[in-house]
Amino acid sequence: MAVTRDDVEHIARLARLALSDAELPQLTEQLNGILGHMDVLQRVDTRAVLPAAGVGDAGMRLRADDGPPTPLARGRASFAPETRDGFFIVPRLATHENASADDAGGADE
Amino acid sequence: MTAVADAFRRMSEVRAGAEGLNIVLSSDERAALNEERESASRAAGAPARPTLAGVPVAVKDNIATLSLATSCGSRILEGYVSPYEATAIAKLRAAGAIVVAKTNCDEFAMGSSTEHSAYGPAKNPVDPRLVPGGSSGGSAAVVAAGITRMALGSETGGSVRQPAAFCGVVGVKPTYGRVSRFGLVAFASSLDQIGTFGATVDDAALALETIAGVDLLDATTADEPVPHYGDSRTERLDGVVIGKPREYFPDSLDPRVRALCDRSLDHLRALGAQVRDISMPHTDLAIPVYYIIAPAEASSNLARFDGVRYGLRIEGDGLRGMYEATRSKGFGAEVVRRILLGTYVLSAGYYDAYYKQAQGVRALIAKDFRDAYASGITAMFTPTTPTPAFAIGAKSADPYEMYLSDIFTVTANLAGVPAMSVPIGRVDNLPIGGQILAKHFDEPAMFRVAYALERALGAEARS
Repeated sequence: MAVTRDDVEHIARLARLALSDAELPQLTEQLNGILGHMDVLQRVDTRAVLPAAGVGDAGMRLRADDGPPTPLARGRASFAPETRDGFFIVPRLATHENASADDAGGADE
Repeated sequence: MTAVADAFRRMSEVRAGAEGLNIVLSSDERAALNEERESASRAAGAPARPTLAGVPVAVKDNIATLSLATSCGSRILEGYVSPYEATAIAKLRAAGAIVVAKTNCDEFAMGSSTEHSAYGPAKNPVDPRLVPGGSSGGSAAVVAAGITRMALGSETGGSVRQPAAFCGVVGVKPTYGRVSRFGLVAFASSLDQIGTFGATVDDAALALETIAGVDLLDATTADEPVPHYGDSRTERLDGVVIGKPREYFPDSLDPRVRALCDRSLDHLRALGAQVRDISMPHTDLAIPVYYIIAPAEASSNLARFDGVRYGLRIEGDGLRGMYEATRSKGFGAEVVRRILLGTYVLSAGYYDAYYKQAQGVRALIAKDFRDAYASGITAMFTPTTPTPAFAIGAKSADPYEMYLSDIFTVTANLAGVPAMSVPIGRVDNLPIGGQILAKHFDEPAMFRVAYALERALGAEARS
């Protein structure tokens, strides 16, 4: 299952990473190198086991969705790139006139 | 001189900052001394002296503290000061401990050498030409350099035990769920666990006892009582059965590392333990499994660094342009590599072949442990790493070569069992660690073996 340069460009878009043309060949080669070592897993028979997403068999404990409170020691403005009236400010989304799947940033999955 | 003042004196003596060993990323002497005074006056009024009153501790830079920055060794969080603190830190402070330094680490804990820090590589105090291991290399080095006797690190695949081995200190990865991950910046949530470093087994055990326990803020913490680990201190190991898994002693293992392990096993036998050869047949699959599961979880966890709520923002073309510019400038090469790898193994068409298959093999690795312990084993003993610390730059060319330094440690994270590294001797005058593993929540058995071995080895552990 060789990874192509197009694959790397595709997953970079999914991961919201901009890669330069100079980085692509090396990353493609490195990913192929790493994934080559993973092929050994294909030979293992795992039909008899349930895939393990975690280590516990008990699952997570649930609690009422009402706390506990985790008050912040300092306000959002002290750590956020941009805030106004307690809200996080983000760059303007596409308007109806120039809407594109790209600007919304979530339509290519 | 107070303990905190002494820690700062030692920090400057060994040049712990960027101009020297580069093991400390931030510290504030005045604030720490103030906190020490407050801790002392609280202790004076308390009915019983808090267990860690006035004890200086160092903390890996991916664990949230209120006063010092939490950068995770990354540009994307440069200068970020958390508005809340980790549960582990709150517990340490409640016990009277003083956080004196945030320590250098591989960016977002992704690495095995502390070379992948945006703030430059950390150096091993044993020999500054060598890496201290990673990703919690700074914390291991701070204890090795004698700045503090206790430090916190984090483990995802060996990031406490491996640097502990490379620096010649004790490093503990507790059972998954033993310590709250609240305030530990997430890397791979099904594997991550805060761990402790100590100058001795006792120091690491006491630090763990302080931070362990159930926490409403982390639903994966276990509601298991926290034992007093010091009660495990023992001189005899009668009735203890130590498993020696043959897959951790391959033919290719450096004969000098093997000889040090044999010496330790001889000590354990002499103390009354029985040593039994066992097999963990899926061990060689652990690295491929780990380097699918950990990047997959990381690719999801690190999606939160997008320039919106905290950290770096770099403007670009629209919202997507801002995301891409921020993340590409903010993350280093290894983090980008792992996000891409994780995104790939989770993407349509590859999910079943890579991610789901890796989860299946993870279940088989966990079964190896269950089967071994069901056969009557109390604990296991293996080398922590196949080699001593390597030179800075020696493994930078091939990422997979670096990944292999975790070959003996990742299994414990995949299975969720507790494991620790203790110094067992030296090769070429460099520290070698022996690894002790136990079953889920049986840290007492693990510490029992560690206390006994530490005592039996005595000065041999440094020779």
